Amino acid sequence: MLKLINIKKTFNPGTINEKRALNGVNLTLNDGDFVTVIGGNGAGKSTILNAIAGAWPIDDGSILIDDKDVTGIPVYKRAKYIGRVFQDPMSGTAATMQIDENLALAARRGKHRTLRWGISSKEKKEYKNMLKELDLGLEDRMTSKVGLLSGGQRQALTLLMASLQRPKLLLLDEHTAALDPKTAAKVLSLTDKIIEEHHLTALMVTHNMKDAIAHGNRLIMMDKGQIVLDISGKEKEKLTVEDLLEKFEEVSGVEFTSDKALLA
Amino acid sequence: MCTFINLGTSLPNINQLFNALPGNIAQGLIWGLLALGVFITFRLLDFPDMTVDGSFTTGAAVTVIAILNDVPVPLALVIAAVFGIFAGFITGVLHTKFGIPAILSGILTQIALWSINLMIMGSANVAISVDNYSLIISARNLHSAIITGLIFCAVIIAILYWYFGTEQGSAIRATGSNPTMSSASSININLMKIIALCISNALVALAGGLIAQYQGYVAINMGQGAIVIGLAAVIIGEVIGNAILGKKMNFIARLIFIVLGAIIYYAVICIVLWLKMPADSLKLFTAITVAIFLAVPYIKGNRTASFKAAGKRSKLIQEEQKNA
Repeated sequence: MLKLINIKKTFNPGTINEKRALNGVNLTLNDGDFVTVIGGNGAGKSTILNAIAGAWPIDDGSILIDDKDVTGIPVYKRAKYIGRVFQDPMSGTAATMQIDENLALAARRGKHRTLRWGISSKEKKEYKNMLKELDLGLEDRMTSKVGLLSGGQRQALTLLMASLQRPKLLLLDEHTAALDPKTAAKVLSLTDKIIEEHHLTALMVTHNMKDAIAHGNRLIMMDKGQIVLDISGKEKEKLTVEDLLEKFEEVSGVEFTSDKALLA
Repeated sequence: MCTFINLGTSLPNINQLFNALPGNIAQGLIWGLLALGVFITFRLLDFPDMTVDGSFTTGAAVTVIAILNDVPVPLALVIAAVFGIFAGFITGVLHTKFGIPAILSGILTQIALWSINLMIMGSANVAISVDNYSLIISARNLHSAIITGLIFCAVIIAILYWYFGTEQGSAIRATGSNPTMSSASSININLMKIIALCISNALVALAGGLIAQYQGYVAINMGQGAIVIGLAAVIIGEVIGNAILGKKMNFIARLIFIVLGAIIYYAVICIVLWLKMPADSLKLFTAITVAIFLAVPYIKGNRTASFKAAGKRSKLIQEEQKNA
């Protein structure tokens, strides 16, 4: 499904701010894999997601989606294969546009934008049913501007938008980090539901080790721009937070730096 | 601009004002087209486009020179619009392909257009008389000028309403609202910016072509401050529209109120001239008007949520506690 071969990226090369963000990342995802990604600050978790999405070109290596080499394709063309939910709830939706308009935009991901009307009445009915399933009361506010929604509502809507056109790959970049615990749990269970229903392949970055263990069928840990741990199947099911902390110290030689992960 | 014959020091004559009104409506309608163009970049795309001051004159120059060379008026206006598209395209390419900041891209095109406009015109002023050419709009016949202006505005508003409701138009609105989300939804945001700039400047050039016919000449400096007048119309229209319609303000109402904003702007200008403000102060007056209308929503918001007010409330609470 997704194949990353020796990916390298250095930001601000040749300057005082030089940062080797990705240092030879290799990863192969199978169809239907739901992978959680953990690691300290600056380990390269978000960077690898951005590399896959095509936020900028990588320095070295190859990115293959379904055996198609997408390394040389810019972000908006790559979006045909990829659904994304960002950490910042503001990032995933157009605040000045209506809820139904946002959904209609997402439904046209990967398609040519024609001079046909931007949203059909048939679509509106479909969206209404989908929003009803979210159970956030959004189905009665279809024509409200998205800017009026709460962070949790916006993330739920973004999730729905990301999965409208079934993506080959779903990228979740700490998408519950900005939410309160109760809302975060709700959005996470919605994530599980959507991934299962559509049988999606997904990468989810999280700072929360409990979440990383509880969700998905596979877990990878990153450190200094490399994947240092890759656990799946039965082995992952048996994982505990203590195990992870131990493993982290083992591979990186330092104590886990993120307070968030410990406090969770 | 409306002119009044100064009859000494006597009080302003109200009849003069009423006589000048039709001319203001006609001019307001034409400037309304420019304002619609400014609305596309300034509001929908979130791109303050300074190209306008140049492309407005370009539209006027191309129209006048084409008509003087016996090109039929409708075709001349089409050519003017194509020049406008080209101007917008240059600004868009400077911004998206060469990474030049939005405002500077527009300023560069605007400055370049000054020279190009002079090349087109051949001199700083070129006159065109409605007596010798069949112009479609002229200050000499205000009645038909208003009707022509109305038709143009109605057709353009209908086209814009349709276009920005289509998949492509929605993609432009999304680009202005959230570029990150747009890219992630497979929208080519650079292309959308360029398309919007082209459409906007086509409208601006069209407005220039109509104004040149209306006033019977093109002058090299006629575009100076056009962007500010366009902004004034957009903002006046929105403030008044929001005051009247409130939450019912939809897209088509917004477009209509922007044209109304341009008409109101010209009516106000006319009234202050009638009150014997010297014409030299017009640009100062325009700048102040725009600043006030931009400030009103902000100050209104501050009235309910200001540190000063919060401080006063807190002081009362503290005093009450002391007294208790």
